[in-house]
Parts: sequence; C-alpha cells; structure tokens
Amino acid sequence: MTAAFDEMFGAEGQVDGAPRSAYAALDKWMKASPPEFFDARRRQAELFFRRIGITFAVYGEAESHERLIPFDIVPRIISGKEWRRLEQGLIQRAAVLNAFLQDVYGPGECVKAGIIPAGLVYGNSQYRVEMTRIRPPHDIYVHILGADLVRVGEDQFYVLEDNARTPSGVSYMLENREVMMRLFPELFARHRVAPVETYTDSLLATLRSVAPEGSSKDATAVVLTPGPYNSAFYEHSFLADKMGVELVEGSDLFVQDARVFMRTTEGPRRVDVIYRRVDDDFLDPLTFKPDSALGVPGLMAAYEAGAVTVVNAVGAGVADDKAVYTYMPDLVRFYTGKEAILPNVPTWRCRETDALAYVLDHLPELVVKEVNGSGGYGMLVGPTATRSEIEVFAHKLKTDPEGFIAQPTLALSTCPTFTEKGLQPRHVDLRPFVLTGSDQVRVTPGGLTRVALTEGSLVVNSSQGGGTKDTWVLDD
Amino acid sequence: MLSRTADSLYWLARYVERADFLARILDAAMRMASLPAGDGADGAEWDSAIAISDQREAFVAAYGAADEQSVRRFLAFDHANPSSIRSCLSNARNNARAVRTALTSEVWEAVNDAWNQFNLMDEKGMDMQAFARFIEWTKAAARSFDGAVHRTQLRNDGYAFLRLGAAIERADNTARILDVKYHMLLPASEPVGGGLDYFQWSTILREVSAHTAYRWVYRESIKPWLVADLLILNRQMPRSLASCSADITGQLDQLGQAYGRRGAAQRAATATLGRLTSLRIEQIFQSGLHEFVTAFIDENARLSNVIAEQYLM
Repeated sequence: MTAAFDEMFGAEGQVDGAPRSAYAALDKWMKASPPEFFDARRRQAELFFRRIGITFAVYGEAESHERLIPFDIVPRIISGKEWRRLEQGLIQRAAVLNAFLQDVYGPGECVKAGIIPAGLVYGNSQYRVEMTRIRPPHDIYVHILGADLVRVGEDQFYVLEDNARTPSGVSYMLENREVMMRLFPELFARHRVAPVETYTDSLLATLRSVAPEGSSKDATAVVLTPGPYNSAFYEHSFLADKMGVELVEGSDLFVQDARVFMRTTEGPRRVDVIYRRVDDDFLDPLTFKPDSALGVPGLMAAYEAGAVTVVNAVGAGVADDKAVYTYMPDLVRFYTGKEAILPNVPTWRCRETDALAYVLDHLPELVVKEVNGSGGYGMLVGPTATRSEIEVFAHKLKTDPEGFIAQPTLALSTCPTFTEKGLQPRHVDLRPFVLTGSDQVRVTPGGLTRVALTEGSLVVNSSQGGGTKDTWVLDD
Repeated sequence: MLSRTADSLYWLARYVERADFLARILDAAMRMASLPAGDGADGAEWDSAIAISDQREAFVAAYGAADEQSVRRFLAFDHANPSSIRSCLSNARNNARAVRTALTSEVWEAVNDAWNQFNLMDEKGMDMQAFARFIEWTKAAARSFDGAVHRTQLRNDGYAFLRLGAAIERADNTARILDVKYHMLLPASEPVGGGLDYFQWSTILREVSAHTAYRWVYRESIKPWLVADLLILNRQMPRSLASCSADITGQLDQLGQAYGRRGAAQRAATATLGRLTSLRIEQIFQSGLHEFVTAFIDENARLSNVIAEQYLM
C-alpha cells in the first residue's frame, strides 16, 4: 500500500511541509497557537457534547449504553472547486438511484436490456413486491441519500457505498459545526465556510414538497422512530426538534379509511408525510413482520391509496445493496447516457466465478464486504486480518459467494487528527447528504467526515471506534 | 401535542412526586421507631409505612414480617417493587428520556442526575445516619425537579400535564396517610392527649411537612380534628386534598381553554373541588372520616382515568 494522500498536505505531505491552499489559513493559525490551547479546547469540546447529550448506543455494549462518539477538532476542508464537482456527481447519483427504482418497480427496462441480472433485482432481499402496485407520490424513492465517498488522490474521489434506506449521521454534521463555532469563532472569521445549519430547513421543505397531491401547503410531516432504545434515537429526536415536527412511534399513529392519523391531546390529526427511521420489515405488521410492534397496521394500505408519503420509499433498499452497487456505472450510462461523475471503487462480484477465484487468491490484500452488511460489521480488511480470520472468510465466501463483494484496500486519504501521540494523520471518509424533493434537489455543502482513530485503521464506523470531524466547504 | 408525550410528562411528574412521598413515610417511620420502647416503638410504625404505600400484599409475599431492614429495602431499593424509590426514579427517567425534547435541559438534568446519583449509592453499607441522608437526598432531588419545572418550563400544555400528574399523585398520597391513620384523628371517647398520641399526630404532620404550618394556621396545640382539617380542607396547605383539587382543576381549565374544548375531566374535577370547598370538617366527621377518605381515593383514581381517556391515549 502506497502512502495515503493527505487532505492537508497532499500526496507528498508531511506534517511540517507546505499545506494545500484550502488549508493554508488553518495551518498558519494552528502553528501560531500553543499546544495547551488545543488541549483545553479538546476538553471543552467533550464537555459540550456531553451536555448536548449526543450519545450513540453501541450494540452489544450493555454498560456503555450511552457513549460519546469521539470528536476531533481539526476540521476537514474541501475547496469550493472540489465541492462543485462532488455536488454534480452526487446530484447525478441521486437521480440515477431514483430512476433505477422507478424502473425496477415499473417496466424493468434495465433488466430487459441486460444491464443488471434479474435475480439480483427481483431476488434481492430488499426487493418489495408490494411496490409494483404502489407509485410513491411524485415518483421519488430516495428522498434522502447519504453517499459514502473516499478520496485517494488530488482529483480522485470514489463512491464507496450508497445509503438509500435511512442514512444516519446528519445530526453529527450539525452538532460538530455548532461545537466548532463555539470553540473557534476566530477561525470562522478567517474562513468563508458554507453553512450547514440550513439542512433541517431543507429537510422540512423536501418532506413537505413530496406530500401526496391534494395535501395542504403546510403538509404535516412526522419523524417515525423505533423508540428511545434505538441506537440512533438521539438523531431522530434531534431532527424532529429542529424541524418542529412530532417525533412519533408506531403506536402514536393509526390508519382509518386508508388515511394516517396521529393521536394527539386534541384528538386525531392527519399525517401526510412520514420520515421513517424504521426498516421496511417493521413498518406495517399487516404486510411485513406480523409481530412487529414498531409499525402501524394498515400503513401500506394508506400508502397504496396514495394518502401518505413514506420517506424513503418502501423497497428503496434494492438500490443500496452492495451487489447492485457494482452495476452503478452501467446504470448511470443506461439512464443518463453519460459517464458517472463520481466513479465506483473497482469491485469484484464474488457471484462471478472468475472474480471469486481472484478474490480467494488475494484475500490478504482485499477488503471483503457482506452484500447486506452495514456499519462495518461482517467485513474483512485483508491487510490487518489474522490468518484465522482470513480462513473463516474464505470458507464463508465459498459457501455463499453471492453474499459478498471484494474491493482493493484503498489508501483512503488522511487528515491531521489529535491523538495521544500528538497530531497524526488518520484515514477519513465523507458522507454528504442529498435531498430530493418534488421542487428541487438540495445538497448541503459538506457532510459528515468520519475518521478512523486507530493508527493505520481504515474502518471509520462509529460502532468500531471511529470518530468524526467538522467538514468545511469553502465559499471561495 | 402527541398523547404519548402528554402521558410521559404526566407520569414523569407522578413518579417524582411518589419518590418524595416514599421518602417522607420512611422518614416518619424512622422517627416513630426512635421512640423509647413502651412509648410506642412496637414495630407498628413499619407496618404502617407499608400500609400507606398500599403494597402490603406484595411486601408480605416477598418479606413476611415488617421491620426496619425489610421496609427500608422494600420501599427504597427493591427492583421488584414497582413503587420503590428506585423504581420511581428509574421510571421518571425513562419517561423523561422518551420526551426529552419536550423538557428543558434543566428539567432533564434534574431527573437524569437523580437517577445517576441513585446508582452510585451503596445500599448495603448504609447505617441509620447514611439512610437518613439518603432520605433527605431523595426529597432534595424532587425539589430540584419541581424547581426546574417551575423556573424553566414553557407554560404550555406540556406544563399542564406535568402539574396534573404531580397534583393527582399528591392528592392520592395525602389521602393514603389519612386512610391509614384516620383512627388517630377521630374525636375519641376515651381520654386522648397522651405522649404517644401527640407524637403520632405530629408524625402525620411531619410526613407532609406541615408541622410549622399547623401552628401558623391554627395557633393551637395539636388537635386531631384540626390536623384532619389542615390535610383535607385547608387551601393554604399545599398538600391538602382541597389544594390538590384546586391545582388539578386549574390545570384542566388551562387545557380546556388552550384546546377550546372542555370534557369529562373538567366536569369531574370541578365537581370534586366544589364539594371540597363547601364542606366543613365537622360534616366529614359526622358522615365518617374513613368513608370520606376511601371515597376520595376512588374518585381521584377515576379522575386520573378520565384524564387519560380524554388526553393521554
């Protein structure tokens, strides 16, 4: 593996070298500030987060039920020019994912044209046959897209993953900025940083814009959460709070005459748009898992009657499947006639015999992912895996090749990060958020930068010890 | 507001109020137990604490006889008792967490800190002094919550549901003390006024923080019927049934106004308040103090159900 591209110092970067231009002012400021200053600010940052109450429940850690995600005070900076290209790529990506889902639950042209195997679409565990009968209002499926981007060079960004179901992390993007502005007002005075605070307004505008035809201008939107024991509950309540809409659980809603209502102290109130943070399977016990207490009986009937908008649409998971991902460059070409602005990471589909053979031969240098996994679980990072972990994975691959894809171990870009050994380069990724409404597409400048805090680690997931940084897009 | 949110606010306040009440009955029982033997320290005070908490069956099933250790354990720390101080603080915190955005950070912190501090306490190593400190701590935690609500919460419908929960619970608690101790307050034909009686009456006053209040209001030595008057009809006394009833009625009126609609809850609360306003303590004694208190407890429980039907489900 070659040396990683550094966000601050570039390809040949060293901590004492000359910074890239977007980082020049930050570098100068950091060099002028004494180390004690940063120590104090780091402690202050932790205090802010504790007080605000951002916590993240990690599965399987009963004791540290409410743990803070580590926050690093060195921002990750993206120049305006870099961002404009990313933005175009993200808008294209969201449009293609929506076109793909419309096609999949409609005419199925992409399958007929041989772009993607039928089995991968119609046999997909995320495919919901109910959606062939249901046309979501305004034909939008992925209203909220969180695309995971990685960078390997000055002009080389890749899409690592699409999150088209219920992408999370946006509350960290917002709270990180809030904390940074409180800690370092002088830094914001020296930079023109594009604001991210507009995200929740944009989200509400997007939700209202996709309300069913005939809803009032001030359509009633709600956030549907599985409840306080869900790991992302903080984010659910944060978003509802910032948008000024109700945070509901399944039992707060009911369906009558194929319309959705919420139970309020003033009686039933009609609901037009549900931003659900509950998986498809739990949405409606009459259609999906019959024992689910998280959902709303009859919701799918109301959805089918066109009386409510579900955000993101039911069945959107087909589009963020890791095996379907590998066809995205072809799908972009198929639906737009153009090349993808943001390329995919080269990927071996283990379902193909030749690819599987190659992957099995090169496991120590590859990253292998479960097609349906998320959160960094069920993943093999070859270069850091032990011999026995590799053997276990080889066995899994042979028994269920369709369940896996493999990618080269990318030298993800690094960004200077405070560690116990002082300022050190640590690998980062970027998850920007794209909102698709019936009126316009809104991309918040920036996103969530996740950082792998362990030296050399490429796993940025918060469930596995990753941290976050504020992400700046310069208005230059 | 979502009915579930209102429900959580209502129960949050009820549980905090109940934790405070449990601390008070434990405090009173400890005082009784500290009397020299022969002056009444026969173990009855621990029985009485269990009776007031209305958990006798569960207690007997789990512990058998009531003594200091078993009652302390059951009312303060028992996981299995849904109305122990532990369960109350835990339930209060869970309700608060579910509606966190409807609370100010001060209110949330009061509830969250109480639960976190409770978990740092070492029940096993608690001698009598430490337990007395724990009782004081519990009461202070409830005051901290009340203060945060009073000082910071927006005066909207959410505030009304917090106040309603506290007032309904408080009315129930005062009525339960009267229900268990009513016989001490009856105008007796046998000579009363001995040292033990006096101590018991003043214990009742202590349970509701009304020792000084009594003197201010009546300017007399402690007379049992006046104790009953203070706890039932006196509107100056914040724990009296009449005060609680006025609070309940006031909050329901606010809701009725805010929502532009009055219902069964407003009617029931107004009727109770009307009765408590026109009654005199002599009339209550004539028709039976025990019967009156029992009827009030049922009426209060029915009112809670009506509120739930109208707003919380």
